[in-house]
Amino acid sequence: MRVLVCLKQILDPDVPARDFQIDPAAKAARRGGANLVTNIFCENAVETALQLREAAGGGVKVTALCYGESSAEDCLRKAMAMTVDEACLVERDGNANPDAAAVGRVLAAAIRQLEEDGGPFDAVLVGRESGDWGTGQTGGMLAEELGRPALGFVENLAPGNGAVTLRRQTDVGIEVAEAEPPFVVTITNNEDNVPRIPKTRDVMMSYRKPLRKLSLADLDLDSEEIRAGSSIFEVEEIFVPADEVECELAEGDTLEDRVDRLAKRIHEVVASIG
Amino acid sequence: MANVAVCVLGSFGYDRAAQGAMGAGRALADSVGGELHALVIGPAGDEALAALAAVSDRVVAGANEELRDVQPEQALQAAQQLHAAGGGDYVAVLLGNDTYSQELAPRLAHRLGGASMADAAAIRMDGGELLAQRTAYGGKAISIYRLKKQPAVVWLRARGFEPAPERPSPGEVTSVDLALDPPRIRVTGREVAEQEGVRLEDAQVIVSGGRGLGGPEPFQELKALADTIGAEQGASRAACDAGWVPPNWQVGQTGKKVAPELYIAIAISGASQHLLGMGDSKVVAAINTDADAPIFKHCSFGIVEDYKAVVPLLTEKLAALSS
Repeated sequence: MRVLVCLKQILDPDVPARDFQIDPAAKAARRGGANLVTNIFCENAVETALQLREAAGGGVKVTALCYGESSAEDCLRKAMAMTVDEACLVERDGNANPDAAAVGRVLAAAIRQLEEDGGPFDAVLVGRESGDWGTGQTGGMLAEELGRPALGFVENLAPGNGAVTLRRQTDVGIEVAEAEPPFVVTITNNEDNVPRIPKTRDVMMSYRKPLRKLSLADLDLDSEEIRAGSSIFEVEEIFVPADEVECELAEGDTLEDRVDRLAKRIHEVVASIG
Repeated sequence: MANVAVCVLGSFGYDRAAQGAMGAGRALADSVGGELHALVIGPAGDEALAALAAVSDRVVAGANEELRDVQPEQALQAAQQLHAAGGGDYVAVLLGNDTYSQELAPRLAHRLGGASMADAAAIRMDGGELLAQRTAYGGKAISIYRLKKQPAVVWLRARGFEPAPERPSPGEVTSVDLALDPPRIRVTGREVAEQEGVRLEDAQVIVSGGRGLGGPEPFQELKALADTIGAEQGASRAACDAGWVPPNWQVGQTGKKVAPELYIAIAISGASQHLLGMGDSKVVAAINTDADAPIFKHCSFGIVEDYKAVVPLLTEKLAALSS
């Protein structure tokens, strides 16, 4: 069984709001002193794939794939330090924030290339959304590009008899599904797929694992449309919202008075709902 | 002629999200001088269909029994066929914010040759293309996207939109028999979450607790407060990650996105990822020891005090006020 996990490198989402700035020309966040990190849902996806491999007790190979700039090699190395078996970087060209249609097409082409060389992937895992732009459209677009069935918000994959058992989160509750490979899932987080911390030895080993690099030309995608990366959507405008609300702090000489004020304000609102 | 469609899941009925999506759809349809159609995926009650007809120009219902419990692969086929049955002439196809609609959007857009976008808080047409406003960078920024292909398939932060007004006369309801292939991924079981009271997403009042509570016990005190004012309970990611309360209590970027009339944040500092989950609340109240906590920049009123001193007293006073 082969499992592929897609990764995205993003600006560290834990940058405090006070250090966050927009570059108006780029219509994106300024990097400033922030780190570049692997998107958290993508790391949850890596962890989920590794748990599937462990549950199967052997015979599962996990590959990590990223469409990004050369710095994204760090994300792939980290995935291999988490014990992913091999990795592939498709070097991005053009728009630094390509739309989901472009990313879906590039990832699909890379997956087909890797399948041609190493056999089909039973499961493709994608993070449910990214911590930067967070549009959450890539997994669905990729599934359609590949023409494979898909399920969103999956938190666990368990090996079965031919089929794979998926567990996922919905508004209604937890759902269990049976999927015949090949298929695509988007991965969400739960308490069981928190990304593992790589062991020192595995970090060293990760440099001995194969990291293949592909260009858009290698995938026959060296086109103006893919480089522009805006065939279906683009950022028109981005801004930091003003702190618009003035907070009325409960005043009074004693705690009792202040809480009384707060209680009255809450009661007003609750009573108005009726 | 260019129309607007709203996809509604029959099993969810004409809930608040559907009402908001229809409201957003009506405003958009009016702006392009087109009709508003409701595309109903799966069996819906007569009441829900009548409510949809009352605010639509046309309802196209695909009531195949196999769609009663949503199979995502078949819901996608259904949406595509209903789109065609409704005439296919749509500048936009809008969806609510349930997880089924969320996963549907990009795939439906791809099949229809359109563009997709998620979690729109505002939408409008500009030069024949749809602009969708939403948050970015975990709530630190607001982005406006231009969707360059039609239809623009967009799931909305639906409860943030006003419900659609009723029409002078109801729209025509057409039933369509859909031809559905068996799902290639089949949902075989559901563990319906224990739900005391209403879903957080539908709650009118929410009392949430955060890291500052320090453990699971204080949530009992918050429950007494919540019960007094008929509120549901929520929590920040920190409280859920610590295991103090179940994960489905989590409000935020990686949890639930709520839009109650009143949101009371207790011992929650207001990290941007939390604000993203409750930013559409009509009124926000905060109780926190730190006057500089970001939550105080995002609330209408609050108190700078330790929750331990405030909550029991507040519960007592609210009980007295409401009796």
